[in-house]
Amino acid sequence: MRIALEWVATLGQTAFKFVRQLGVFAILLWKILMRTPAIWKRPGLIGAQVHFLGNHSLAIILVAGLFVGLVLGLQGYYTLRRYGSEEALGLLVALALVRELGPVIAALLFAGRAGTSLTAEIGLMKAGEQLSALETMAVDPVARVLGPRFFGGLIVVPLLATLFSAVGVIGGWMVGVVLIGVDPGAFWSQMSGGVDFWDDVVNGVIKSVVFGIAVTQVALMQGYESRPTPEGVARATTLTVVVGSLAVLGLDFVLTALMFGEL
Amino acid sequence: MQARNLNLAVGAFVLLGILALLFMALQVSNLSTGSSGSTYELKASFDNIGGLKPRAAVRSAGVLVGRVRQIQFDDQQYQALVILDMDARYQFPKDTSAKILTSGLLGDNYIGLEPGGDLEMLKAADRIRMTQSAVVLENLISQFLYNKATEPSSPPSGGARK
Repeated sequence: MRIALEWVATLGQTAFKFVRQLGVFAILLWKILMRTPAIWKRPGLIGAQVHFLGNHSLAIILVAGLFVGLVLGLQGYYTLRRYGSEEALGLLVALALVRELGPVIAALLFAGRAGTSLTAEIGLMKAGEQLSALETMAVDPVARVLGPRFFGGLIVVPLLATLFSAVGVIGGWMVGVVLIGVDPGAFWSQMSGGVDFWDDVVNGVIKSVVFGIAVTQVALMQGYESRPTPEGVARATTLTVVVGSLAVLGLDFVLTALMFGEL
Repeated sequence: MQARNLNLAVGAFVLLGILALLFMALQVSNLSTGSSGSTYELKASFDNIGGLKPRAAVRSAGVLVGRVRQIQFDDQQYQALVILDMDARYQFPKDTSAKILTSGLLGDNYIGLEPGGDLEMLKAADRIRMTQSAVVLENLISQFLYNKATEPSSPPSGGARK
């Protein structure tokens, strides 16, 4: 009896913690959004973050996109050949990338590649009391440190996701048309016949904007709320990847149901 | 100099992203072949549209000449009313007939137009008179089974005696 009660109490505590985290997340997001005009007064800071988050993630995104496209081409061809519709390979590769894989994998890679460095950077700033120092100098750390990083991530993730999809389509083309020998005319025409710009491409971009907000905000929050110790920063960095990735996958389900589902 | 390099790198990155979006818009999706040109409207009633969906293709001689804009149920005639967006470049005679066809064995439904010989052309908001419904596989199978059942039972064939 005692153990069962203890267990229920632990469950309650976990639920309480979860709701509290959600609240912290929302409040920090609100604080950043409220300072939007102040943040955009210094676009140079945002530009520097776009460089740090975007240009440095370019290599991993392009290589990953190419390989995902190559594998989709191989696996898609294997299945489509059974139904004698190899020409639909272009459509399969493009739809899979544009609707799901581009936004999701780009966001997951971004969480691992850039989100962690955001968390570690801000966590160390906090551990070194640099954030407190800023506050002492009457500089708002949310506007000066968090804001540019947030908008940098917001700009970068959709661009990376689009690049991922584009390179993936080229990867699918390399396997399908160049290696296997699917008719190039049918490959491209089936693709452009079946992919709708507004319903598929733009919805994919909207998805990646949402993922960009989620991943960047999770990374910033974990860094900002981390305990100011080496252990705390390490823990926050791990949590960025875990929470960020799960948030992306969960949001993806909700967005897919809203955009493409027949609900 | 340092700041200029940074701006250059960021600019190149953003430009690359926009180029990728352009590639998606023009090469991968149907924005270039979409209904960007002017269109005119035609109507057609079908007894059964099968699996026809909005945005399905309208083809004549296999060439894309329009798209299905809307599908409604007409509760006066108990028929499906299909509204078509036709490419304004193509005109069809008044006695054109419309059929619901399937591309390939398992493909999507589309509307096939067969032009007749009338000298007058269909104008905007006109109705296509002659229509043929989609072939519903279940009806076909049940018809086949019904025919089989009503056939006089034939004597067992030679091969079965062995």
